[in-house]
Amino acid sequence: MKLDINGTVRDVDATPDMPLLWVVRDLLGLPGTKFGCGMAQCGACTVHIDGSPVRACVTPVSIVGTRKVTTIEGLSHDGSHPVQRAWAEADVVQCGYCQSGQIMTAVALLETKPEPSDADIDAAMSGNICRCGTYIRVREAIHLAAKLKRGGK
Amino acid sequence: MTISRRGFLQASAAGLVVSFYVPNIVKAMPKAAPQPLPQANAFVRIGTDDSVTVMLAHSEMGQGIWTGLAMLIAEELDCDWSKVRSEHAPAAMVYAHPAFGMQATGGSSSTWVEFDRYRNVGAVAKDMLVRAAAARWNVAPAACKAANGVVTHGKDRLTYGQLAEAAMKLAPPTKVVLKQPKDWKLIGTNVRRIDTPEKITGKAQFGIDVHFPGLRTAVVLRPPAFGATLVKFDASAALKVPGVEKVVPTANGVAVVAAHFWAAKLGRDALKVEWTKPADGGVDSVKLLGEFRTKARTTGAIVVDAGKVDTALASAKSKLEAQFEFPYLAHAPMEPLNCTVKIDGDRCEIWTGTQMQTLEQGVAAKILGTTPDKVTIHTPFLGGGFGRRGNPVSDFVSEAVIVAKAAGVPVKVVWTREDDIRGGYYRPAYVHRIQVGVDANGNPIAWDHVVVGQSIMAGTPFEAFGIKNGIDGSSVEGLADSPYLDETPAKRVSLHSPKTPIPVLFWRSVGNTHTAFAMESMIDELAAAAGKDPLAFRLALLKAKPRHVAALKLAAEKAGWGTPPPAGHARGLAVHESFGSIVAECAEVSVDQGRIKVHAVTAAVDCGTAVNPLGIEAQIQSAIAFGLSAALHGKLTLANGQVQESNFHDYPVVRMHEMPRVAVHLIASGAKMGGIGEPATAPIAPAVANAIFALTKQRLRSLPLRLA
Repeated sequence: MKLDINGTVRDVDATPDMPLLWVVRDLLGLPGTKFGCGMAQCGACTVHIDGSPVRACVTPVSIVGTRKVTTIEGLSHDGSHPVQRAWAEADVVQCGYCQSGQIMTAVALLETKPEPSDADIDAAMSGNICRCGTYIRVREAIHLAAKLKRGGK
Repeated sequence: MTISRRGFLQASAAGLVVSFYVPNIVKAMPKAAPQPLPQANAFVRIGTDDSVTVMLAHSEMGQGIWTGLAMLIAEELDCDWSKVRSEHAPAAMVYAHPAFGMQATGGSSSTWVEFDRYRNVGAVAKDMLVRAAAARWNVAPAACKAANGVVTHGKDRLTYGQLAEAAMKLAPPTKVVLKQPKDWKLIGTNVRRIDTPEKITGKAQFGIDVHFPGLRTAVVLRPPAFGATLVKFDASAALKVPGVEKVVPTANGVAVVAAHFWAAKLGRDALKVEWTKPADGGVDSVKLLGEFRTKARTTGAIVVDAGKVDTALASAKSKLEAQFEFPYLAHAPMEPLNCTVKIDGDRCEIWTGTQMQTLEQGVAAKILGTTPDKVTIHTPFLGGGFGRRGNPVSDFVSEAVIVAKAAGVPVKVVWTREDDIRGGYYRPAYVHRIQVGVDANGNPIAWDHVVVGQSIMAGTPFEAFGIKNGIDGSSVEGLADSPYLDETPAKRVSLHSPKTPIPVLFWRSVGNTHTAFAMESMIDELAAAAGKDPLAFRLALLKAKPRHVAALKLAAEKAGWGTPPPAGHARGLAVHESFGSIVAECAEVSVDQGRIKVHAVTAAVDCGTAVNPLGIEAQIQSAIAFGLSAALHGKLTLANGQVQESNFHDYPVVRMHEMPRVAVHLIASGAKMGGIGEPATAPIAPAVANAIFALTKQRLRSLPLRLA
């Protein structure tokens, strides 16, 4: 089958029920999207399908169809997306394992709510677990990213 | 400080580099099992391109040493911070932990234990670079200046990269003088992490991301219950799953080896396996807790015994008694356990996120019938450790070596979350029973304290130094040395260490996870019984402990202790010393429809010298989140030897909406440097429980906290 991923249409030899997560990681060689729970509980595998965040670990590859998949590797080449820059500024990461998923969820949040409240952040981000407990700085970074985006930076 | 050292050449992809190490300090380390050094050792490489690469003797698992240890070398080297990179060192005894005698990351020790060694490395390197420049210009080294990666003399100027080749040919200095703290430029400043660029772009390589041509993925079926063993298996259906290539037995399980994870997982689902039933029907956690409670009514192996505690209790004006209970806990690091093994003749390469490189190296060598120098350990980033990746009996690495050996192909063994939650190596369950006799003022004069819970060290290579006179120090740390007991004339601490089939392990802050809760809850109970303010009561008992007093006072003051909290809220306090640091926390809580909500935590932290305050703040937030997960949610239950929980839906952890605001206040006490990764973990549960008592008058003595 074909998969439109990070702006390129690629051929994939996968069974229809294979989760998008493992297609991306093991067949397409894009390991930035992480495996954390396998049951849409932790958000480490968050990618975008047509801009909406989905849990790739429970998304059979066959339902993607012609829609566009974006992974952390497709967000920017160099960490220059405003959310990534805010993440660096707020010194968010610790072990870093969950951060691809945190960032992808935050990017989607800011697309629908350019000025999220703390309650909006709670609602959008509570599906993303971080065992290092970076939540406070994730929150700061999202507010900062909103500012960066508003400023067109 | 007099040290002898040598530099040597090392070719690398980056070009010619100079390396240094400090052998005298290495020699002074406690000797571990003698192992030949597999290669030359180095802590810093200065490339001809001006790059400065710091070799980390410890594993970066989120705690920030990738940045913090590099700061130590950079401080003395006076290099350009923007050119500094870190790398994990290979497994080698030259990288042995100066206090533990083996390569290890744990005990919140990396920064304090390397504080001198890493600064010395920087100073030695700088001395050689300066002398190389002086020789080039034919001037005295003392006439040259080095700053920001450049040596200058008048108008003359050479970068460290330009000097690297010449510097390595010089004899190393016999003496270096480290900077005075007032001259520090990096140490003590807020420095952002240097592993951020790869961690925000998905480029950071974790063990689970290792990939090379020919690598297969394996998923292992392990016993469904602790105590069960493999009888037989039928792999025929598994082998029919597309992508599955082999099915091989492990020490006590079956591994499905496939082209990729998903095939291996489906193959495992298709296995037909027969297991024995565990003896006596297997562990039942309710029954086990009952046994622990019974044991807690008898005196165990003596840890502390002073004064005549039984007489003092009998004659005390009044007596308080309480029992505290703690469940088994999984670490649940976000990166599921994994290990990649490639065997080539008598050589072996391993890629895994481990907290104990040389131990894993030795274990792998033994399994393969080779020597440790033939086993190369690559340490990618660790997607969380919390103790789970530091197993003295090497579970996930030894298993992967066995699988790769049996499969005859390079294999990456990947655990599912279910495998992780049900796979053992937990924080042990404990019961504490405390009887305290108090005087007319409500102060403790007799303290009888019984702890019941499995030993972590028993049966491991750490037993020899970890268990003294039958006492596993990690079972009673934070209790045997409690400052409250110092103030109590008659006291007895005793320990029962029952054996169970449940594998147990260090879990962020280890024994302090339960001892701090028992002590800080009990002290709060005594304060309440005496009708005294919990802060004032503690301050009076801790009057001989100025660092505790300062931390308590600061946390209380910053939290607004003594002023009314918002309506429906209450505050609770706890202070605890662990890993050489003292942390006081004040939690502000409310209860909404029976659910505990923690709004804010104010932490006062005395860790001595603060190398990177920005990183320390992150670790305090982190430890509070980790401890709060245990306080509010963490509990494993066993029935018939099987863990009933399996994933984050039934083993919940703190999420964004439950994370309190955290204010961190550092105390510049000038005390000896302590650890920072763990010490803020233990105080949060008692601070929350004490706040709940203040709010509801319910005294919650078991974790996780559940309101009646």
